[in-house]
Amino acid sequence: MIATLPEAEVPTPAADPQTAFKRRHRRSVTAVWVGRVVLAVIVIGGWQWFTAAGWVDPFFFGQPSEIWHSLVKLFSQGTAFGTIWENLWVTAKEAFGGFLLGTLAGVVIGILLGSNRYLSSVVGPYIRIVNSIPRIILGSIFIVAFGLGTFPKILLAAVLVFFIVFFNAFQGVREVDQNLIANVRVLGASPVQVARHVTIPSAMTWIIASLHTAFGFAIVGALVAEVLGAQQGIGLIISQAQGTFDPNTVFACMAIIAVVTLGAEFLISLLEHRLLKWRPPSRSEASAI
Amino acid sequence: MARKHPLRRPDGDSSADQPAGIQIVGLTKRYLTPKGEAFTAIKDVTLTVEPGQFCSIVGPTGCGKSTTLAQVSGLEKPSAGSVKVGDRLVDGITDGVSYMFQADALFPWKSVLNNVMMGPVLLGTPKREAAALAKDWIRRVGLAGFEDRYPHQLSGGMRKRVAMAAALINNPRILLMDEPFGALDAQTKVIMQNELLKLWEELRPSVLFITHDLDEAVALSDRVVIMTSSPGAVKDVFDVDLPRPRGNVQHIRHEQRFLDLQGRIWDSLKDEVTRAYARSAGAAA
Repeated sequence: MIATLPEAEVPTPAADPQTAFKRRHRRSVTAVWVGRVVLAVIVIGGWQWFTAAGWVDPFFFGQPSEIWHSLVKLFSQGTAFGTIWENLWVTAKEAFGGFLLGTLAGVVIGILLGSNRYLSSVVGPYIRIVNSIPRIILGSIFIVAFGLGTFPKILLAAVLVFFIVFFNAFQGVREVDQNLIANVRVLGASPVQVARHVTIPSAMTWIIASLHTAFGFAIVGALVAEVLGAQQGIGLIISQAQGTFDPNTVFACMAIIAVVTLGAEFLISLLEHRLLKWRPPSRSEASAI
Repeated sequence: MARKHPLRRPDGDSSADQPAGIQIVGLTKRYLTPKGEAFTAIKDVTLTVEPGQFCSIVGPTGCGKSTTLAQVSGLEKPSAGSVKVGDRLVDGITDGVSYMFQADALFPWKSVLNNVMMGPVLLGTPKREAAALAKDWIRRVGLAGFEDRYPHQLSGGMRKRVAMAAALINNPRILLMDEPFGALDAQTKVIMQNELLKLWEELRPSVLFITHDLDEAVALSDRVVIMTSSPGAVKDVFDVDLPRPRGNVQHIRHEQRFLDLQGRIWDSLKDEVTRAYARSAGAAA
Protein backbone atom coordinates (compact mmCIF):
# COMPACT_ATOMS: atom_id res chain seq x y z
CA MET A 1 0.00 0.00 0.00
CA ILE A 2 2.75 2.41 0.93
CA ALA A 3 4.65 1.51 -2.17
CA THR A 4 1.73 2.56 -4.33
CA LEU A 5 1.58 6.08 -2.93
CA PRO A 6 1.72 8.59 -5.75
CA GLU A 7 5.00 10.50 -5.81
CA ALA A 8 3.43 13.94 -5.51
CA GLU A 9 2.30 13.26 -1.95
CA VAL A 10 5.83 12.69 -0.69
CA PRO A 11 7.27 15.95 0.69
CA THR A 12 10.40 16.14 -1.43
CA PRO A 13 12.66 18.82 0.20
CA ALA A 14 12.33 17.32 3.68
CA ALA A 15 15.84 15.93 3.39
CA ASP A 16 17.40 19.40 3.28
CA PRO A 17 15.25 22.07 4.91
CA GLN A 18 18.04 24.64 4.59
CA THR A 19 17.87 24.82 0.80
CA ALA A 20 14.08 24.80 0.95
CA PHE A 21 14.12 27.82 3.24
CA LYS A 22 16.67 29.55 1.04
CA ARG A 23 14.53 29.02 -2.02
CA ARG A 24 11.49 30.29 -0.14
CA HIS A 25 13.42 33.34 1.01
CA ARG A 26 14.62 34.10 -2.53
CA ARG A 27 11.11 33.77 -3.84
CA SER A 28 9.69 36.19 -1.24
CA VAL A 29 12.43 38.74 -1.98
CA THR A 30 11.61 38.54 -5.69
CA ALA A 31 7.93 38.98 -4.96
CA VAL A 32 8.61 42.13 -2.94
CA TRP A 33 10.70 43.65 -5.74
CA VAL A 34 8.12 42.81 -8.38
CA GLY A 35 5.50 44.52 -6.19
CA ARG A 36 7.66 47.60 -5.84
CA VAL A 37 8.27 47.94 -9.56
CA VAL A 38 4.60 47.41 -10.33
CA LEU A 39 3.61 50.10 -7.83
CA ALA A 40 6.08 52.58 -9.35
CA VAL A 41 4.85 51.82 -12.86
CA ILE A 42 1.22 52.28 -11.81
CA VAL A 43 1.84 55.62 -10.06
CA ILE A 44 4.22 57.20 -12.58
CA GLY A 45 2.60 55.60 -15.60
CA GLY A 46 -0.84 56.61 -14.37
CA TRP A 47 0.34 60.16 -13.87
CA GLN A 48 1.79 60.25 -17.39
CA TRP A 49 -1.33 58.69 -18.85
CA PHE A 50 -3.80 60.97 -17.02
CA THR A 51 -1.92 64.12 -18.00
CA ALA A 52 -1.39 62.93 -21.60
CA ALA A 53 -5.07 62.11 -21.96
CA GLY A 54 -5.96 65.54 -20.65
CA TRP A 55 -7.90 64.36 -17.55
CA VAL A 56 -5.40 66.17 -15.36
CA ASP A 57 -3.91 69.48 -16.48
CA PRO A 58 -0.12 69.12 -16.88
CA PHE A 59 0.14 72.91 -16.60
CA PHE A 60 -0.59 72.63 -12.87
CA PHE A 61 0.51 69.11 -12.00
CA GLY A 62 3.45 68.51 -14.33
CA GLN A 63 4.07 65.36 -16.29
CA PRO A 64 6.69 62.67 -15.67
CA SER A 65 8.19 62.93 -19.15
CA GLU A 66 8.43 66.71 -18.84
CA ILE A 67 9.94 66.39 -15.36
CA TRP A 68 12.58 64.14 -16.89
CA HIS A 69 13.25 66.78 -19.55
CA SER A 70 13.57 69.46 -16.89
CA LEU A 71 16.01 67.26 -15.00
CA VAL A 72 18.12 66.75 -18.10
CA LYS A 73 17.97 70.47 -18.82
CA LEU A 74 18.96 71.35 -15.26
CA PHE A 75 22.03 69.15 -15.50
CA SER A 76 23.02 69.91 -19.12
CA GLN A 77 22.25 73.63 -19.40
CA GLY A 78 22.33 74.68 -15.77
CA THR A 79 20.20 77.48 -14.38
CA ALA A 80 20.17 81.23 -14.35
CA PHE A 81 22.21 81.08 -11.12
CA GLY A 82 25.02 78.79 -12.28
CA THR A 83 25.18 75.05 -12.80
CA ILE A 84 22.91 72.72 -10.90
CA TRP A 85 25.98 71.32 -9.11
CA GLU A 86 26.88 74.73 -7.71
CA ASN A 87 23.35 75.25 -6.49
CA LEU A 88 23.13 71.75 -5.07
CA TRP A 89 26.44 72.27 -3.29
CA VAL A 90 25.16 75.50 -1.72
CA THR A 91 21.97 73.84 -0.46
CA ALA A 92 23.78 70.73 0.75
CA LYS A 93 26.34 72.88 2.57
CA GLU A 94 23.57 74.80 4.31
CA ALA A 95 21.65 71.67 5.23
CA PHE A 96 24.71 69.80 6.55
CA GLY A 97 25.96 72.87 8.38
CA GLY A 98 22.59 73.37 10.03
CA PHE A 99 22.36 69.67 10.78
CA LEU A 100 25.74 69.58 12.52
CA LEU A 101 25.19 72.81 14.42
CA GLY A 102 21.67 71.86 15.51
CA THR A 103 22.65 68.33 16.50
CA LEU A 104 25.64 69.50 18.50
CA ALA A 105 23.63 72.13 20.35
CA GLY A 106 20.72 69.74 20.85
CA VAL A 107 22.89 66.96 22.29
CA VAL A 108 24.88 69.20 24.62
CA ILE A 109 21.93 71.19 25.94
CA GLY A 110 19.67 68.13 26.04
CA ILE A 111 22.13 66.17 28.15
CA LEU A 112 22.86 69.15 30.40
CA LEU A 113 19.21 69.90 31.07
CA GLY A 114 18.30 66.22 31.29
CA SER A 115 20.82 65.58 34.05
CA ASN A 116 20.06 68.72 36.05
CA ARG A 117 16.63 68.66 37.62
CA TYR A 118 16.69 72.28 38.75
CA LEU A 119 17.75 73.69 35.39
CA SER A 120 15.20 71.58 33.54
CA SER A 121 12.41 72.72 35.86
CA VAL A 122 13.36 76.35 35.28
CA VAL A 123 13.84 76.20 31.52
CA GLY A 124 11.25 73.48 30.78
CA PRO A 125 8.15 75.65 30.20
CA TYR A 126 10.06 78.11 28.01
CA ILE A 127 11.35 75.33 25.82
CA ARG A 128 7.81 74.10 25.42
CA ILE A 129 6.65 77.58 24.46
CA VAL A 130 9.43 78.01 21.91
CA ASN A 131 8.68 74.56 20.56
CA SER A 132 5.03 75.43 20.00
CA ILE A 133 5.70 78.54 17.90
CA PRO A 134 6.07 77.95 14.16
CA ARG A 135 9.85 78.20 13.97
CA ILE A 136 9.98 78.20 10.20
CA ILE A 137 8.83 81.85 10.34
CA LEU A 138 12.12 82.67 12.06
CA GLY A 139 13.60 82.31 8.58
CA SER A 140 12.19 85.71 7.62
CA ILE A 141 13.85 87.31 10.61
CA PHE A 142 17.17 85.58 9.96
CA ILE A 143 17.20 86.76 6.35
CA VAL A 144 16.38 90.33 7.33
CA ALA A 145 19.01 90.22 10.04
CA PHE A 146 21.82 88.34 8.28
CA GLY A 147 21.22 88.96 4.58
CA LEU A 148 20.99 86.60 1.62
CA GLY A 149 24.14 84.53 2.29
CA THR A 150 24.43 81.00 3.62
CA PHE A 151 24.51 81.88 7.31
CA PRO A 152 20.77 82.55 7.84
CA LYS A 153 19.99 79.28 6.04
CA ILE A 154 22.31 77.32 8.28
CA LEU A 155 20.74 79.03 11.25
CA LEU A 156 17.18 78.15 10.25
CA ALA A 157 18.12 74.54 9.52
CA ALA A 158 19.93 74.37 12.87
CA VAL A 159 16.92 75.73 14.75
CA LEU A 160 14.65 73.09 13.22
CA VAL A 161 17.14 70.32 13.92
CA PHE A 162 17.92 71.51 17.42
CA PHE A 163 14.50 70.91 18.89
CA ILE A 164 14.17 67.40 17.55
CA VAL A 165 17.59 66.33 18.79
CA PHE A 166 17.23 68.26 22.01
CA PHE A 167 13.98 66.58 23.05
CA ASN A 168 15.38 63.17 22.27
CA ALA A 169 18.64 63.75 24.13
CA PHE A 170 16.67 65.13 27.07
CA GLN A 171 14.31 62.18 27.12
CA GLY A 172 17.20 59.78 26.65
CA VAL A 173 18.93 61.11 29.73
CA ARG A 174 15.69 60.90 31.68
CA GLU A 175 15.19 57.26 30.72
CA VAL A 176 18.58 56.16 32.03
CA ASP A 177 18.31 53.16 34.30
CA GLN A 178 18.58 54.62 37.81
CA ASN A 179 19.93 51.33 39.15
CA LEU A 180 22.81 51.61 36.74
CA ILE A 181 23.62 55.09 38.01
CA ALA A 182 23.35 54.00 41.64
CA ASN A 183 25.60 51.07 40.82
CA VAL A 184 28.47 53.11 39.37
CA ARG A 185 28.11 55.79 42.03
CA VAL A 186 28.51 53.17 44.74
CA LEU A 187 31.60 51.93 42.91
CA GLY A 188 32.99 55.42 43.30
CA ALA A 189 32.28 57.07 39.95
CA SER A 190 32.57 60.86 39.73
CA PRO A 191 29.78 62.84 38.02
CA VAL A 192 31.94 63.01 34.87
CA GLN A 193 32.42 59.25 34.92
CA VAL A 194 28.68 58.73 35.41
CA ALA A 195 28.05 60.89 32.33
CA ARG A 196 30.73 59.13 30.29
CA HIS A 197 29.88 55.56 31.20
CA VAL A 198 26.12 55.71 31.75
CA THR A 199 24.23 58.83 30.76
CA ILE A 200 25.70 59.55 27.34
CA PRO A 201 25.80 55.99 25.97
CA SER A 202 22.28 55.46 27.23
CA ALA A 203 20.96 58.64 25.63
CA MET A 204 22.78 57.76 22.41
CA THR A 205 20.02 55.35 21.36
CA TRP A 206 17.50 58.16 21.48
CA ILE A 207 19.76 60.73 19.86
CA ILE A 208 20.63 58.54 16.91
CA ALA A 209 17.01 57.62 16.36
CA SER A 210 16.23 61.33 16.11
CA LEU A 211 18.93 62.02 13.52
CA HIS A 212 16.87 60.46 10.71
CA THR A 213 14.04 62.94 11.21
CA ALA A 214 16.46 65.72 12.00
CA PHE A 215 18.21 65.53 8.64
CA GLY A 216 14.90 65.82 6.82
CA PHE A 217 14.23 68.98 8.79
CA ALA A 218 17.69 70.36 8.00
CA ILE A 219 16.89 70.10 4.29
CA VAL A 220 13.49 71.69 4.82
CA GLY A 221 15.07 74.55 6.77
CA ALA A 222 17.70 75.21 4.09
CA LEU A 223 15.16 75.08 1.24
CA VAL A 224 12.58 77.28 2.93
CA ALA A 225 15.21 79.86 3.82
CA GLU A 226 16.32 79.87 0.18
CA VAL A 227 12.77 80.30 -1.04
CA LEU A 228 12.44 83.26 1.35
CA GLY A 229 15.47 84.94 -0.15
CA ALA A 230 18.74 83.73 -1.64
CA GLN A 231 21.26 84.25 -4.40
CA GLN A 232 21.87 80.59 -5.08
CA GLY A 233 20.50 77.21 -4.12
CA ILE A 234 17.85 74.64 -4.99
CA GLY A 235 15.26 76.64 -3.04
CA LEU A 236 15.90 79.61 -5.28
CA ILE A 237 15.47 77.48 -8.42
CA ILE A 238 12.19 76.22 -6.98
CA SER A 239 10.92 79.71 -6.23
CA GLN A 240 11.94 80.88 -9.74
CA ALA A 241 10.17 77.94 -11.32
CA GLN A 242 7.09 78.77 -9.28
CA GLY A 243 7.24 82.32 -10.61
CA THR A 244 7.34 81.09 -14.21
CA PHE A 245 4.54 78.52 -13.73
CA ASP A 246 6.90 75.62 -14.29
CA PRO A 247 5.80 72.71 -12.04
CA ASN A 248 8.12 70.29 -13.87
CA THR A 249 11.27 72.04 -12.62
CA VAL A 250 9.84 72.10 -9.07
CA PHE A 251 9.30 68.34 -9.26
CA ALA A 252 12.77 67.88 -10.73
CA CYS A 253 14.27 69.77 -7.79
CA MET A 254 12.25 67.63 -5.41
CA ALA A 255 13.72 64.53 -6.99
CA ILE A 256 17.27 65.86 -6.67
CA ILE A 257 16.76 66.70 -2.99
CA ALA A 258 15.21 63.30 -2.38
CA VAL A 259 18.39 61.64 -3.66
CA VAL A 260 20.55 63.78 -1.36
CA THR A 261 18.34 62.97 1.62
CA LEU A 262 18.40 59.25 0.88
CA GLY A 263 22.20 59.39 0.71
CA ALA A 264 22.36 61.13 4.08
CA GLU A 265 19.87 58.64 5.53
CA PHE A 266 22.14 55.84 4.41
CA LEU A 267 25.14 57.42 6.14
CA ILE A 268 23.14 57.90 9.33
CA SER A 269 22.07 54.26 9.21
CA LEU A 270 25.71 53.23 8.90
CA LEU A 271 26.55 55.33 11.95
CA GLU A 272 23.61 53.82 13.79
CA HIS A 273 24.80 50.29 13.09
CA ARG A 274 28.29 51.13 14.26
CA LEU A 275 27.34 52.85 17.47
CA LEU A 276 24.45 50.64 18.45
CA LYS A 277 25.88 47.25 17.59
CA TRP A 278 25.27 46.13 21.17
CA ARG A 279 21.51 46.27 20.71
CA PRO A 280 19.52 43.09 20.35
CA PRO A 281 18.37 42.60 16.76
CA SER A 282 14.79 43.71 16.34
CA ARG A 283 12.16 41.07 15.89
CA SER A 284 11.54 41.98 12.28
CA GLU A 285 15.09 41.04 11.30
CA ALA A 286 14.52 37.43 12.28
CA SER A 287 10.90 37.02 11.35
CA ALA A 288 9.15 33.69 11.39
CA ILE A 289 9.41 31.81 8.14
CA MET B 1 54.07 37.02 34.99
CA ALA B 2 52.62 36.15 38.34
CA ARG B 3 49.16 37.61 38.28
CA LYS B 4 48.12 39.31 41.44
CA HIS B 5 45.59 37.16 43.12
CA PRO B 6 42.23 38.89 43.09
CA LEU B 7 41.49 37.67 46.56
CA ARG B 8 43.11 40.38 48.64
CA ARG B 9 43.15 38.91 52.11
CA PRO B 10 43.50 41.17 55.13
CA ASP B 11 47.08 40.07 55.87
CA GLY B 12 48.69 41.75 52.87
CA ASP B 13 46.48 44.74 52.44
CA SER B 14 45.24 47.73 54.35
CA SER B 15 42.46 47.45 56.85
CA ALA B 16 40.10 48.91 54.26
CA ASP B 17 39.71 45.44 52.84
CA GLN B 18 38.61 43.81 56.04
CA PRO B 19 34.93 43.12 56.34
CA ALA B 20 33.27 45.92 58.21
CA GLY B 21 30.31 45.67 60.50
CA ILE B 22 27.26 47.83 59.93
CA GLN B 23 25.61 49.64 62.80
CA ILE B 24 22.32 51.30 62.10
CA VAL B 25 20.98 53.39 64.98
CA GLY B 26 17.60 55.12 65.06
CA LEU B 27 17.58 55.46 61.30
CA THR B 28 14.63 57.45 59.93
CA LYS B 29 14.10 58.48 56.32
CA ARG B 30 11.39 60.79 55.13
CA TYR B 31 10.74 61.62 51.50
CA LEU B 32 9.02 64.61 50.04
CA THR B 33 6.15 63.44 47.87
CA PRO B 34 5.40 65.33 44.64
CA LYS B 35 2.45 66.89 46.46
CA GLY B 36 4.83 68.41 48.97
CA GLU B 37 3.96 66.12 51.86
CA ALA B 38 6.41 64.19 53.98
CA PHE B 39 6.31 60.44 53.68
CA THR B 40 8.08 58.36 56.28
CA ALA B 41 9.63 55.35 54.59
CA ILE B 42 11.49 53.98 57.60
CA LYS B 43 11.25 55.00 61.21
CA ASP B 44 13.73 54.43 63.98
CA VAL B 45 15.40 51.39 62.46
CA THR B 46 18.13 49.95 64.62
CA LEU B 47 20.08 46.89 63.59
CA THR B 48 23.60 45.56 63.63
CA VAL B 49 25.44 43.42 61.13
CA GLU B 50 28.64 41.90 62.55
CA PRO B 51 31.75 42.02 60.37
CA GLY B 52 31.56 39.26 57.80
CA GLN B 53 28.00 38.39 58.68
CA PHE B 54 25.31 37.50 56.16
CA CYS B 55 22.18 39.37 57.22
CA SER B 56 18.84 39.22 55.44
CA ILE B 57 15.98 41.66 55.69
CA VAL B 58 12.55 40.19 55.09
CA GLY B 59 9.29 42.05 55.07
CA PRO B 60 6.20 42.92 53.09
CA THR B 61 6.39 45.09 50.01
CA GLY B 62 6.96 48.75 50.74
CA CYS B 63 8.41 48.35 54.22
CA GLY B 64 11.51 50.37 53.42
CA LYS B 65 13.99 47.57 52.88
CA SER B 66 15.50 49.24 49.83
CA THR B 67 15.49 52.59 51.61
CA THR B 68 17.59 51.07 54.38
CA LEU B 69 20.13 49.82 51.85
CA ALA B 70 20.33 53.22 50.18
CA GLN B 71 21.24 54.81 53.53
CA VAL B 72 23.95 52.22 54.15
CA SER B 73 25.50 52.77 50.72
CA GLY B 74 25.51 56.52 51.25
CA LEU B 75 23.47 57.14 48.10
CA GLU B 76 20.95 58.92 50.31
CA LYS B 77 21.25 60.86 53.53
CA PRO B 78 19.19 59.77 56.52
CA SER B 79 16.64 62.22 57.90
CA ALA B 80 17.54 61.15 61.44
CA GLY B 81 19.71 58.56 63.08
CA SER B 82 23.01 57.28 61.82
CA VAL B 83 24.69 54.49 59.92
CA LYS B 84 28.17 53.38 60.86
CA VAL B 85 30.24 51.16 58.61
CA GLY B 86 33.25 49.82 60.44
CA ASP B 87 34.04 52.70 62.75
CA ARG B 88 33.17 55.37 60.19
CA LEU B 89 29.93 57.32 60.11
CA VAL B 90 28.38 57.13 56.64
CA ASP B 91 28.47 60.53 54.96
CA GLY B 92 28.52 60.41 51.20
CA ILE B 93 29.29 57.25 49.28
CA THR B 94 30.63 54.52 51.54
CA ASP B 95 33.97 53.01 50.57
CA GLY B 96 34.15 49.37 49.58
CA VAL B 97 30.47 48.83 48.94
CA SER B 98 28.97 46.89 46.06
CA TYR B 99 25.33 46.82 45.07
CA MET B 100 23.34 44.10 43.37
CA PHE B 101 19.81 44.74 42.20
CA GLN B 102 16.86 42.65 41.16
CA ALA B 103 17.02 44.10 37.68
CA ASP B 104 20.53 43.27 36.55
CA ALA B 105 22.18 46.65 36.44
CA LEU B 106 24.52 45.77 33.59
CA PHE B 107 25.58 48.15 30.85
CA PRO B 108 23.75 46.87 27.78
CA TRP B 109 26.29 48.62 25.53
CA LYS B 110 29.32 47.00 27.16
CA SER B 111 30.55 43.47 26.65
CA VAL B 112 30.67 41.05 29.57
CA LEU B 113 34.38 41.78 30.04
CA ASN B 114 33.87 45.55 30.06
CA ASN B 115 30.94 45.22 32.43
CA VAL B 116 32.95 43.27 34.96
CA MET B 117 35.94 45.60 34.47
CA MET B 118 33.92 48.66 35.50
CA GLY B 119 34.66 48.32 39.22
CA PRO B 120 38.46 48.37 39.04
CA VAL B 121 38.43 50.89 36.17
CA LEU B 122 36.43 53.35 38.26
CA LEU B 123 38.96 52.90 41.05
CA GLY B 124 41.68 53.93 38.61
CA THR B 125 43.20 50.50 37.98
CA PRO B 126 45.12 50.40 34.67
CA LYS B 127 43.07 48.89 31.82
CA ARG B 128 45.26 45.85 31.29
CA GLU B 129 45.33 44.91 34.94
CA ALA B 130 41.59 45.45 35.26
CA ALA B 131 40.98 43.23 32.22
CA ALA B 132 43.10 40.43 33.67
CA LEU B 133 41.25 40.66 36.96
CA ALA B 134 37.90 40.72 35.19
CA LYS B 135 38.79 37.66 33.12
CA ASP B 136 39.65 35.80 36.29
CA TRP B 137 36.32 36.73 37.83
CA ILE B 138 34.39 35.79 34.71
CA ARG B 139 36.03 32.38 34.98
CA ARG B 140 35.15 32.14 38.66
CA VAL B 141 31.47 32.68 37.99
CA GLY B 142 31.64 30.06 35.25
CA LEU B 143 31.34 32.29 32.20
CA ALA B 144 34.78 31.77 30.62
CA GLY B 145 34.43 32.14 26.87
CA PHE B 146 31.59 34.65 27.12
CA GLU B 147 33.81 37.72 27.60
CA ASP B 148 32.84 39.34 24.30
CA ARG B 149 29.11 38.79 24.49
CA TYR B 150 26.68 41.61 25.14
CA PRO B 151 24.19 41.26 28.01
CA HIS B 152 21.22 40.78 25.68
CA GLN B 153 22.89 37.66 24.31
CA LEU B 154 22.91 35.99 27.74
CA SER B 155 20.22 34.18 29.70
CA GLY B 156 18.84 35.63 32.94
CA GLY B 157 21.03 33.37 35.06
CA MET B 158 24.14 34.25 33.10
CA ARG B 159 23.42 37.95 33.46
CA LYS B 160 23.16 37.41 37.21
CA ARG B 161 26.57 35.76 37.17
CA VAL B 162 28.00 38.77 35.36
CA ALA B 163 26.39 41.09 37.90
CA MET B 164 27.82 38.96 40.70
CA ALA B 165 31.32 39.09 39.23
CA ALA B 166 30.96 42.87 38.75
CA ALA B 167 29.84 43.28 42.35
CA LEU B 168 32.58 41.12 43.88
CA ILE B 169 35.56 42.06 41.72
CA ASN B 170 36.52 44.99 43.95
CA ASN B 171 36.52 42.66 46.94
CA PRO B 172 33.95 44.79 48.76
CA ARG B 173 33.77 45.08 52.53
CA ILE B 174 30.03 45.27 52.25
CA LEU B 175 27.74 43.69 49.72
CA LEU B 176 24.25 45.15 49.45
CA MET B 177 21.82 42.93 47.62
CA ASP B 178 18.33 44.12 46.77
CA GLU B 179 16.29 41.04 45.89
CA PRO B 180 19.04 39.94 43.53
CA PHE B 181 17.39 36.65 42.60
CA GLY B 182 13.79 37.84 42.72
CA ALA B 183 13.22 37.63 38.99
CA LEU B 184 14.79 34.22 38.42
CA ASP B 185 13.01 30.93 37.93
CA ALA B 186 13.15 28.47 40.84
CA GLN B 187 15.94 26.26 39.46
CA THR B 188 18.23 29.10 38.42
CA LYS B 189 17.61 30.74 41.76
CA VAL B 190 18.91 27.71 43.68
CA ILE B 191 21.99 27.53 41.47
CA MET B 192 22.72 31.22 41.97
CA GLN B 193 22.20 30.96 45.73
CA ASN B 194 24.76 28.16 45.94
CA GLU B 195 27.12 30.15 43.74
CA LEU B 196 26.71 33.22 45.95
CA LEU B 197 27.34 31.24 49.14
CA LYS B 198 30.47 29.71 47.66
CA LEU B 199 31.91 33.09 46.64
CA TRP B 200 30.83 34.72 49.88
CA GLU B 201 32.56 32.05 51.93
CA GLU B 202 35.78 32.81 50.05
CA LEU B 203 35.63 36.60 50.42
CA ARG B 204 33.50 37.02 53.54
CA PRO B 205 32.19 40.55 53.04
CA SER B 206 29.37 41.68 55.31
CA VAL B 207 26.13 41.20 53.42
CA LEU B 208 22.80 42.96 53.69
CA PHE B 209 20.43 40.87 51.62
CA ILE B 210 16.86 41.91 50.90
CA THR B 211 14.39 39.26 49.92
CA HIS B 212 10.73 38.32 49.92
CA ASP B 213 11.62 34.69 50.10
CA LEU B 214 11.85 33.47 53.68
CA ASP B 215 13.39 30.14 52.67
CA GLU B 216 16.12 31.99 50.84
CA ALA B 217 16.73 34.24 53.83
CA VAL B 218 17.06 31.36 56.31
CA ALA B 219 19.15 29.18 54.02
CA LEU B 220 21.71 31.88 53.28
CA SER B 221 21.89 34.05 56.38
CA ASP B 222 23.39 34.22 59.83
CA ARG B 223 20.77 36.74 60.86
CA VAL B 224 17.26 37.43 59.62
CA VAL B 225 15.61 40.78 60.29
CA ILE B 226 11.84 41.09 59.98
CA MET B 227 10.57 44.53 59.05
CA THR B 228 7.06 45.93 59.39
CA SER B 229 5.56 48.28 56.88
CA SER B 230 4.40 51.91 56.76
CA PRO B 231 6.51 53.19 58.21
CA GLY B 232 9.22 50.58 57.98
CA ALA B 233 10.60 49.46 61.31
CA VAL B 234 12.40 46.43 62.69
CA LYS B 235 10.00 43.96 64.22
CA ASP B 236 12.13 40.97 65.07
CA VAL B 237 15.68 39.74 64.71
CA PHE B 238 16.49 36.04 64.49
CA ASP B 239 19.94 34.51 64.60
CA VAL B 240 20.27 31.51 62.34
CA ASP B 241 22.73 29.06 63.86
CA LEU B 242 22.82 26.54 61.05
CA PRO B 243 26.44 25.39 60.63
CA ARG B 244 28.73 26.84 57.95
CA PRO B 245 29.53 26.06 55.24
CA ARG B 246 25.90 25.51 54.45
CA GLY B 247 26.47 23.30 51.42
CA ASN B 248 23.66 22.86 48.97
CA VAL B 249 20.80 25.24 49.65
CA GLN B 250 18.40 22.74 48.17
CA HIS B 251 19.30 20.16 50.83
CA ILE B 252 19.25 22.41 53.89
CA ARG B 253 15.59 23.08 53.25
CA HIS B 254 14.64 19.62 54.38
CA GLU B 255 16.61 19.60 57.64
CA GLN B 256 14.62 19.71 60.85
CA ARG B 257 16.52 22.68 62.30
CA PHE B 258 15.90 24.67 59.18
CA LEU B 259 12.20 23.89 59.35
CA ASP B 260 11.96 24.86 63.05
CA LEU B 261 13.67 28.18 62.44
CA GLN B 262 11.72 28.85 59.31
CA GLY B 263 8.48 28.16 61.21
CA ARG B 264 9.37 30.53 64.02
CA ILE B 265 10.33 33.33 61.67
CA TRP B 266 7.27 32.77 59.52
CA ASP B 267 5.02 33.22 62.59
CA SER B 268 6.54 36.64 63.08
CA LEU B 269 6.36 37.56 59.42
CA LYS B 270 2.85 36.22 58.86
CA ASP B 271 1.03 38.93 60.82
CA GLU B 272 2.95 41.58 58.93
CA VAL B 273 2.17 40.16 55.55
CA THR B 274 -1.51 39.76 56.39
CA ARG B 275 -1.67 43.29 57.73
CA ALA B 276 0.09 44.76 54.70
CA TYR B 277 -2.16 42.79 52.42
CA ALA B 278 -5.32 43.90 54.21
CA ARG B 279 -4.18 47.48 54.00
CA SER B 280 -3.44 47.36 50.29
CA ALA B 281 -6.73 45.54 49.66
CA GLY B 282 -8.51 48.23 51.65
CA ALA B 283 -6.79 50.94 49.69
CA ALA B 284 -7.75 49.28 46.42
CA ALA B 285 -11.43 48.98 47.38
